[in-house]
Amino acid sequence: MRTEQPFIRWDWIWDHLDDIGTQLVEHLYLTGIAVTIGLLIALPLGVYAYRHRWAYPPLTWFTGILYTIPSLALFVLLIPFTGLSTVTAEIGLVSYTLLILIRNIVAGLRSVPDDAKEAALGMGYTRRQLLWRVEFPLALPVIVAGIRIATVTTIGLVTVTSLIGKGGLGTFILQGRRRDFFTMTFVGSVLSVALALAADALLLLSQRRLTPWWRRRPTVEPVPLKPVA
Amino acid sequence: MEENLWRQLVDWFGDPAHWIGPEGVPTRVLEHVQISATALLICLLIALPVGLYVGHARRMEFLAVSVANLGRAIPSLAILAIVFQVTLKLRPESAFGFLPTVIAMVFLGIPPILTNAYVGIQSVDQDTLEAARGMGLRPRQVLARLEIPLAMPLIVGGIRTAAVQIVATATLAAVISGGGLGRFIVDGFAGYDEGEMLAGVLLVAGLAILTEAVFAGIERLATPRTQSRGRRRARTIRPDVEPIARPVS
Repeated sequence: MRTEQPFIRWDWIWDHLDDIGTQLVEHLYLTGIAVTIGLLIALPLGVYAYRHRWAYPPLTWFTGILYTIPSLALFVLLIPFTGLSTVTAEIGLVSYTLLILIRNIVAGLRSVPDDAKEAALGMGYTRRQLLWRVEFPLALPVIVAGIRIATVTTIGLVTVTSLIGKGGLGTFILQGRRRDFFTMTFVGSVLSVALALAADALLLLSQRRLTPWWRRRPTVEPVPLKPVA
Repeated sequence: MEENLWRQLVDWFGDPAHWIGPEGVPTRVLEHVQISATALLICLLIALPVGLYVGHARRMEFLAVSVANLGRAIPSLAILAIVFQVTLKLRPESAFGFLPTVIAMVFLGIPPILTNAYVGIQSVDQDTLEAARGMGLRPRQVLARLEIPLAMPLIVGGIRTAAVQIVATATLAAVISGGGLGRFIVDGFAGYDEGEMLAGVLLVAGLAILTEAVFAGIERLATPRTQSRGRRRARTIRPDVEPIARPVS
């Protein structure tokens, strides 16, 4: 392989640690907002679809269509209305989390054993108490699994927002391509993958912390969810 | 403003110049479909045998799990950019054609197909397999007559996920100087041509949704009727039937 310059220039990385740190924080920031807003929207919708079965198919149909639209297309579609802004990026990112989150929230709530619910009702719990003290805690592993998938997916999608002037680490990927400078592409790619894997591990750990009883039956797979990737 | 956009969109589609030549709509649609179909085919050739083997032999399961996790973690833009740069270094003459996009899309499509094939085969009821073996079926027969048919809905589901993802993500090929429908979006964006940009959005979204619909149809065909509704309900009801002393509420 003929090379005029080394494939990866470590000195460039060393000189730009500041930039890299800034974009890393930006990446986390964009992801955090998207998943948080996604959860705030998906939780009430998910609970509603759990209590009223008829609402589930149209909800997954609609969010499914949102999920199918290519990310670049969705971002670009929003530009005439919200411009090249964080809002544009976030609307797109949030709409991709919805399907994953709603699906897992409903699947989690549905997996709560009837016995537990009946026992709670027998003890005089109201519907709200039942939801917060019994159904949510028992559904938590499946819900957190959804949050994990949504987070990892969003971290990947944030890189695409570089095309509308945001992007966090995706900025390096795009700049590296535009300037034909592989080191930047490399930094952006490797760090975004590392970020996704780290977030995944961290969420898995916090799920185990939150629901220690889940570990006692490790063979139970949380409902055969269709992997959406 | 919105009416103006609508006007631009209609004008763009109404212009006959946009329907002919190497940069016309039909050519771009064909490119997009060609890239996606080639990538999907290669994915199937690689991921299906591996997934079936891992599920059947129950060996190297960590492989399936790590491929699935890694596949989700790697951003599509990153994979496209890396593949492009590597192609540019190794085979500069093919860097601006279909090759980098197809390779990148193969990386993207393998995880869902492999994971679903593995999960599908692996979740086939053990008792059923035991019975088949007891009846004297050889391992290969068990795979062909039991495991694959029973896992079919999940396998096709994985192919569907991969297909939609490939069609959607092939849009990004335009960013690395590739062809396909993403060209309209990227070029329209670069040239402040909102009509072209929105036309690209519409075409790409339409193609992705069409792919989803087609594969949803195939998935339904692949799901045996006996297994669809009645069976699934039976499965959810079963735990209640178990002779566990239930509190009377």
